[in-house]
Amino acid sequence: MSTLAALARLRALRSGSAQRLATVRHCHLSDRPMVLIPLRLAGEAAAPLAAMVGTDPDHPRLLVVPQPRDRDLRFAFAAELAEVMLPYIESLQKATETVERRGAEPYERCLDAPQLIVPNPGAAAFVRLLGRSTRFRRAEGPFAVHPSVPLLGRWLTFFGQRAGYPGSSLLLSATETLSAHWATGQSALEDANLASLAGWIDPPPGSTGAAAAKEAEDPLIWPPAGPATDPGFDAEVLAPAIRAYEETRSDQAAERVRAAVRSQLEPTWRLMWRAIGLLAALPAGQGCAGRWEADRASFTSFAAQIAEGAPPQPKRDGAVGAAARLARMERARASYDAQRAYDDPLVMAGYRLTGEAFTGTVVSAEPDRTEGEGRGRKLRPLVTVRTTDPVRLAAGTRLGTPERRGQQAELVAIEGEHVTLKIVKGMGRGTTATPGAVPEAGERVCYAALLDEFQPPAALPAPEETPWTHGGPPPEHEPSEDEPEEEWS
Amino acid sequence: MNKDEAKERREVDLDRLDRLRGAVPPRPHDARAIAALAANPGCARRSVLDAAGIDKDATATHLGFPAPFGRSPFAITRGNAFEALVKESGCAELLRLLRELLGLPVAEAAYTDLGDIGGDPSAHLRHAHTRTLLDRAARDGAGAGTLYDHPLLRLEIAGQSAYLEPDVVAFLHGGRFHIVEIKSFAVIDGQAEPDKAAAAARQAAVYVLALKTMLEELGHDPGRVAHDVVLVCPENFANRPAAALVDVRRQLAVLRRQLARMTRVGTLVDALPPGLTFDLAPGDDGVPGRPAAELREAVRAVEARYAPDCLSTCDLCFFCRDEAAGQESTDLLGRQVRDALGGVATVGEALGLADGSREPGEGQEEIARLLRLADRMYAELS
Ligand code: SF4
Repeated sequence: MSTLAALARLRALRSGSAQRLATVRHCHLSDRPMVLIPLRLAGEAAAPLAAMVGTDPDHPRLLVVPQPRDRDLRFAFAAELAEVMLPYIESLQKATETVERRGAEPYERCLDAPQLIVPNPGAAAFVRLLGRSTRFRRAEGPFAVHPSVPLLGRWLTFFGQRAGYPGSSLLLSATETLSAHWATGQSALEDANLASLAGWIDPPPGSTGAAAAKEAEDPLIWPPAGPATDPGFDAEVLAPAIRAYEETRSDQAAERVRAAVRSQLEPTWRLMWRAIGLLAALPAGQGCAGRWEADRASFTSFAAQIAEGAPPQPKRDGAVGAAARLARMERARASYDAQRAYDDPLVMAGYRLTGEAFTGTVVSAEPDRTEGEGRGRKLRPLVTVRTTDPVRLAAGTRLGTPERRGQQAELVAIEGEHVTLKIVKGMGRGTTATPGAVPEAGERVCYAALLDEFQPPAALPAPEETPWTHGGPPPEHEPSEDEPEEEWS
Repeated sequence: MNKDEAKERREVDLDRLDRLRGAVPPRPHDARAIAALAANPGCARRSVLDAAGIDKDATATHLGFPAPFGRSPFAITRGNAFEALVKESGCAELLRLLRELLGLPVAEAAYTDLGDIGGDPSAHLRHAHTRTLLDRAARDGAGAGTLYDHPLLRLEIAGQSAYLEPDVVAFLHGGRFHIVEIKSFAVIDGQAEPDKAAAAARQAAVYVLALKTMLEELGHDPGRVAHDVVLVCPENFANRPAAALVDVRRQLAVLRRQLARMTRVGTLVDALPPGLTFDLAPGDDGVPGRPAAELREAVRAVEARYAPDCLSTCDLCFFCRDEAAGQESTDLLGRQVRDALGGVATVGEALGLADGSREPGEGQEEIARLLRLADRMYAELS
């Protein structure tokens, strides 16, 4: 945690209301996100109890499993969830744009993509589990399920995997997203409670964040946002209702379970849309659109895979797949960090405090300075910046700057408050700098040891060439005979 | 200190601990509670209360800050059902798993129910029975390949006996004992929820230690208890059990350290005001008769070290959090914040350093400089 974020928490604690950690929003927010709040039966890995889902704040769809231990009811739940989610997902595949690429075939990319918003990381994990427990099912054979069930499973798996990708906004968890933008006067552990976090950020009129957060800890006022339910509710309300349903299997008894879980879900449903409203009120950071574009591309390509009849995602990555994914994630992480800092002076301030970035005023510049002789002569402008930030960078460090995104500089020397830089990239061709490319004396500038640049993917063997030391080539996923009928009890 | 002195000293401690607890019986420690002892080892309040066998849950309730922990009846039912399944027909399913995991030969597999000694035996008797049979097994290797169900072990916690009931002890060919833990959280594609797996390992370490201690007392090599415990969990989404070996050496070391600290709780206790007690003796209506305000003063007399982790590990968490809030302690915000603040103890002090209204003390120059800079940036940018 940076000193800045720590200070923000102190200020929140002292003032009783949350403090900004960001001046802009760092995730994409869809015009029509789908909110999903899953509940599971306590003690079970992936037994859905209920879900509230939908794109319209005023018309949530409530799905309930009146006896969560009943396999058929579970699959009926999955089919019902598919009925809500699949049309939403499919509706976004229709409108596309043609993307031209240098040196490659142009391709079609969906203009928009689905966005799933869940309350917390636990719910995101549950989405993954639900995907895992449904994607291998089959629509025919002895354990046939509705054809929409395995399809839903593959989409849920896609969302779940994409959620681990830095900067992706296809599946957002409300608590994580809110805490990335606001600091509360409580601990990160307590921020995991959505009601309490939202209480700090947006207390009801006449109350303080601290008071609202305290109230949020009473499960009778604010039921947990799931996927776990309140043990007291389980014992006093849910267990008798499920027992009654088990005994009679009547509509009336099913309605009783429904009413019980509705009481637990409705407060969170409203809270979710409040959270979305809070995020929507922040202006989008500059990098959001580019990252969402990558999300759209990933969505488009997964939709194509499904259309082509690709098998469900394997249970585990092979060695090459895992290594490639790790490398991809690391690059995405570095570039996401850099983009956020470039888009948001408050995020950049965290790096300035640790000495990895600095702001200051240009005191002198040599825009047309060159190095080398003859054909090797290169433009290498020098810029000297006066800063009071505690710069901790070694000579030779590559620096980027939010003011001129494509540009790169190299640190030459630090003398007292004066930092000298050499611009090495993005200042124009030939031996004359493009007008405006080199900052002039008097200009406020910021430089940071953060680079957001495309790096070619790490060279890894193709999956079929996985060395034996890493388990050899992964077997093609052959849906095994027992997968569709794998128990789900 | 010679042995007699040590013994005498311990008795004095015990006496003192009894007085701290007052006229109620000590609350027995179970493995979960013992494993939780290691959760916040720096907290004197917890060490003293635990060493004296005080019911922290009841204390918290009487203080007006009931603990936020509850277990869903669904989770309990599921746990019991799964254990019953694994132990069905003389642990048939468990034997199958152990054969695969540890190479237990089929011919040698046997099952002994240590709880089966007739009547309604006391813990003491049951423990003696466990001790006798395991002693015999360790001595002559009799019963290699046996699963001992319902064993009862014992561990001394600050002078009190805690009786502990591991799910099963497996005695193998070659004279090794394995603790078997049956848990109902699922392992999906080889992965379990990390905090559940960690809690299971901590708890299993308690049993390993108790079994080692027992063997040692009987004159056997404690090294005959395997550090690898057998964890049995449902696999994927089915109810079918699967077994895995979990190395608990690290948890064992943490536990040993904490238990050693607790035996030194005497120095903490000596420093407390004489006559101090946390007595919860019930009045005529069954609730503790003592005024809550008095109990609050007593609890406050022992220093706490609140951390947000307490919220998931200690019954007194809401009380201690409230106290920390009253003191504006930076502990409220968590370890990471406290570290980022260079250990500055209160919100007022940190904010004072940040806005320059407070002069940094010795050793605080660096963090004061950072905080001032952060404060300036924050004012400029937010
Ligand atoms: S809740 Fe209080 S008594 Fe318990 S460990 Fe934390 S600080 Fe110590």
